[in-house]
Amino acid sequence: MHPLIILVVQRIALGLILLLAVSVLIFLGVEALPGDTAQQILGQGATPETLANMRESLGLNEPALTRYFSWLGHALTGDFGKALTNKMDIAQAIGQRLGNTLFLAACAGVIAVPFAIGLGLLAARHNGRWPDKLISGVTLATISLPEFVAAYFVIYLLTQVIPILQPVSMVFPGMTFLERLHAVALPVIVLVMVVLAHMMRMTRAAILNVMQSPYIETAELKGLSPMQVIWRHALPNAVAPIVSVVVINLAYLVVGVVVVEVVFSYNALGQYLVDHVSKRDLPVVQAVGLIFAAVYIGLNIFADVVGIVANPRLRHPK
Amino acid sequence: MAKNSMADLLEIKGLKIEATSYPPGEKPREVVLVDGVSVSLEKGRVLGLIGESGAGKSTIGLAAMAYGRGGVRLTGGEVLLNGRNIRGAGPVTLRALRGREVTYVAQSAAAAFNPAKKLMEQVIETCLLHKVMTRPAAQARAVDLFRKLGLPNPESFGNRYPHQVSGGQLQRAMTAMALCPKPDLVIFDEPTTALDVTTQIEVLAAIKEAIRDQGVAAIYITHDLAVVAQVADDIMVLRHGKTVEYGSTDQIINRPGQAYTQALVSVREIAHVEKPPAAPILTVDAVTARYRGTNFDVLKRVSVDVAPGQTLAVVGESGSGKSTLARAITGLLPPHQGAVTFAGRRLSPDLAGRSRDDLRELQMIYQMADTAMNPRQTVGTIIGRPLEFYFGLKGAEKARRVAELLDQIEMGKGFAERYPAELSGGQKQRVCIARALAAKPKLIICDEVTSALDPLVADGILKLLLALQAQEGVAYLFITHDLATVRAIADKIAVMYRGEVVRYGAKSEVLAPPFDAYTDLLLSSVPEMRLGWLEEVLGSRRMESAGN
Repeated sequence: MHPLIILVVQRIALGLILLLAVSVLIFLGVEALPGDTAQQILGQGATPETLANMRESLGLNEPALTRYFSWLGHALTGDFGKALTNKMDIAQAIGQRLGNTLFLAACAGVIAVPFAIGLGLLAARHNGRWPDKLISGVTLATISLPEFVAAYFVIYLLTQVIPILQPVSMVFPGMTFLERLHAVALPVIVLVMVVLAHMMRMTRAAILNVMQSPYIETAELKGLSPMQVIWRHALPNAVAPIVSVVVINLAYLVVGVVVVEVVFSYNALGQYLVDHVSKRDLPVVQAVGLIFAAVYIGLNIFADVVGIVANPRLRHPK
Repeated sequence: MAKNSMADLLEIKGLKIEATSYPPGEKPREVVLVDGVSVSLEKGRVLGLIGESGAGKSTIGLAAMAYGRGGVRLTGGEVLLNGRNIRGAGPVTLRALRGREVTYVAQSAAAAFNPAKKLMEQVIETCLLHKVMTRPAAQARAVDLFRKLGLPNPESFGNRYPHQVSGGQLQRAMTAMALCPKPDLVIFDEPTTALDVTTQIEVLAAIKEAIRDQGVAAIYITHDLAVVAQVADDIMVLRHGKTVEYGSTDQIINRPGQAYTQALVSVREIAHVEKPPAAPILTVDAVTARYRGTNFDVLKRVSVDVAPGQTLAVVGESGSGKSTLARAITGLLPPHQGAVTFAGRRLSPDLAGRSRDDLRELQMIYQMADTAMNPRQTVGTIIGRPLEFYFGLKGAEKARRVAELLDQIEMGKGFAERYPAELSGGQKQRVCIARALAAKPKLIICDEVTSALDPLVADGILKLLLALQAQEGVAYLFITHDLATVRAIADKIAVMYRGEVVRYGAKSEVLAPPFDAYTDLLLSSVPEMRLGWLEEVLGSRRMESAGN
C-alpha cells in the first residue's frame, strides 16, 4: 500500500483514540463534581427518599463504567438525552445552534484566512520595510484588543457613526441566506480582527523561513519578480505550518467565541454551553464538550493530513 | 561605442564589490570583497575562476548577473553585458536578463532545486517566464537536453521530483535548466564539487560537451585547478578578492607566473614513504553491520587492521560504508557480527560496555569542524575538556597542557581565549586535532577531515597530521574519498564499495596495477593537472566499452 495512505490512516486512528480519551475526561470531570444529577433536578428541597428514587430512575446507581458506556453509546447515535433545566431534547437544541456556530465560523474563516495569508505574503515580500511594519502593527493592535472592546467599537462605528448595520445578530429559522449574512456581519468583522494577526504572523514567518533556502536564490536568478518567487517557490514549501495555524484559528472560531456571541445576542453553541454550565445542567455540558472536542481534534487531524500530503517526499517516495 | 559593436559578450572593468560586516561586539564596517577585477569573455569561450574560499569567485560570477548575495553590493567599475553596463541597472532590467541572457548553475543542485515542484516545471520555467518559447517547445528542448546530458529516461525524467533522483543527475538537470532558455552566458559555480569523483568526471564531460554543443559562453568557478584545466580556455586566479594571475589555461597550468599559482599547481605533492608492515594495534575482523530495524548489511564482512604509528586510508565514494566502518569501530553502531580488537583486547561492541581507557585511546576527528565544537566554549575549554575528563587535570596544569597542545598544532597559546566562530576553517580543524590529541590516543579515526577545506589549507592539515604521527606515534584510520590525500598520507589502503572492501593492502600494492575494475575506475577518475586529461580518459573508456 502507498505509505501515504498508511500515514494518513494512522493519523485518523490516533485522532479517534484521542477523542475517546477526551470523552473519558469529560465524563470523569463531570463525575468529580460534588453532587449529582438527581440533586440538581430536585434542588434544595429533596428528601433522601426522593433522591434515592430519582437516582434509581436515572440509572445513577449503576457503576461508573456502565454509565460511561451507556452515555457514549447514546452520544454516538446522536442521543444526548434531555436537558435537566427545561426537559428539552439536547440533540435537537444543539443541532440548530451548531448550525449557527458553524455559519458564523465559516463566514469569518472565509474572509479571515485568505486575507491573513495574503497579508502575510505581502509582509514577507516587504520584510522589514514599511508595508511589513504597517501590517504587523495593525494586526497586532486588533489582536491585542479584548473581543468585547473590539465588538463595542465596531458596533459604535457601524451602527452609530455610519449606521449601516444592526447591533444585534438575532437569527431565526426561516431567514434567507442574505438576511443571515446581514445579521452576522458585525460579529464576523470582530472575529476577523481577532484571528487575523496570528495567521498573518505565522504565514509571514513560515515564508521568511523558506526564503532562506538556496532554491529561492535559484528562483531569483531566473528573473522572477519577488511576488512570483514567494507565490511559486516559497508558498508550496510553507503549506504545512500555515495550514496548522489556520486550523487552530478555525477551531477557535467554532469553540471559543462565546464573548462575541453574547455581545451580539447571537444564538449559538458557546452561549448555550455557558448558560448551562451556570445552571449546572451536566448532560448539556457533556454533550457540548464532546462536540467541541470532536471539532478541535477533527480540524487538527485535517491539518496533519494536509501537512503529510503537502510533503513531496511522502507523496512520491523514491 | 565603436569598440563595443565588436565587443565581448561580457566585459568587467575594475569591478569593486563591498559588503557590510557585523563583527560581534563591534561597530559594523565595510569590507571590500572584490577589488579592481577585470575580465573579458567572448561568445563561446569558457573562463575559469579559481581560488580558495573567500577569494571572491562566486561573488564575481554572480556580478555577471548584477546579483549580490545577502548585503553584497557592486560599488565600482563596470559590468558590460552585451555592450551595456548592468551595474546599478533597475530591477526590471535585471529581471529581464537573469534567466534569459545569463543563467546560473549552483554548487549543490540538491539544495538549489525546489523540493515541492517537478523537475520539468523548474527546468522550463525561465523559457516560459521570458517568453523564449512555448510550453511544448520548451518541454521538447528540455527532453533533448536531458538526453544530451546523459540522463536516464529523458522522456519521463522531468516528471520526477528532486528527491527522486541522484546528486549527479540533479547537477546535470541543473545544467539543462541553465541551458534551456538558450542563454548567452552560463555561470557554473562549483558544479561538481559536491560529487564523487566517478560521478564528477561524467558530469564534467556532460557540461563540457553541452557548452560546446550550444555555443554558449561560460564562467566556470571552482577551487580545483585540475578540474578547471579540463574545461576552461582562460583561467583567472583570485585571492582575497584580487586578481593574482590571468591567462590562457595552458599558460597557467604549464607556466604559472606567480608564486601563489605555482603553489596551487603543485599542491598535494607531499611525498610520504610507506612504513614497513608491523603487528596491528587495531584489528577489524569480518565485521558486518546493519542499522536497527533493517536486515540490509551496510558493512559486509569487513576485515582490516592498523599498525601502531601508521595510517590506514579507507577510500570510497559516498554510501560505500566508510563512515559506517568508523561508527562500528567506535561502538556507535554495534556490529551485527564480527569482532574489533584494539591494543590486544577485544572491544565491547556497544559503546556503553567500554572502559574509559578504551574511549580515551580511540579518538575521532570529523569532517565538519564547525559542528563538532560547542560554539559557546572557548578553544581552551574545548581542548581542556578531555584533559580534565581523562586525566583529572585542573587549573594551571591544565592551562599549561592546553598551551602545549596549541603549540603542537602550530597555533599560539593566545588562541585559548578565542571562540570557534573567530577561527578560520583550517584553524577549527586544528583545534579538533588538538582535542583528540589531548586524550593521548593510540588511534585517531579521521573522517574526511580535509574534505571541507581549501587545497592549500588541507595540505597544511595533512602535513600537521604526519608530523604529529612522527612525534606521538599515533595511528590513523583515515577515511576519505580523495585519492590525492590517500597518496599523501597512507601506509595501507582499503578501497570500499557498497559496504565491502574490494581491495586492501600496502599503499604501493593497492596503487599499482593490475587493478580491479572499481579501483581502476576510481583512480582514473581523479582529475589530473594537465590539459586534455578529460578527453584522454573518456576516449580510453569509450574504447574499452567498444572492445567489450
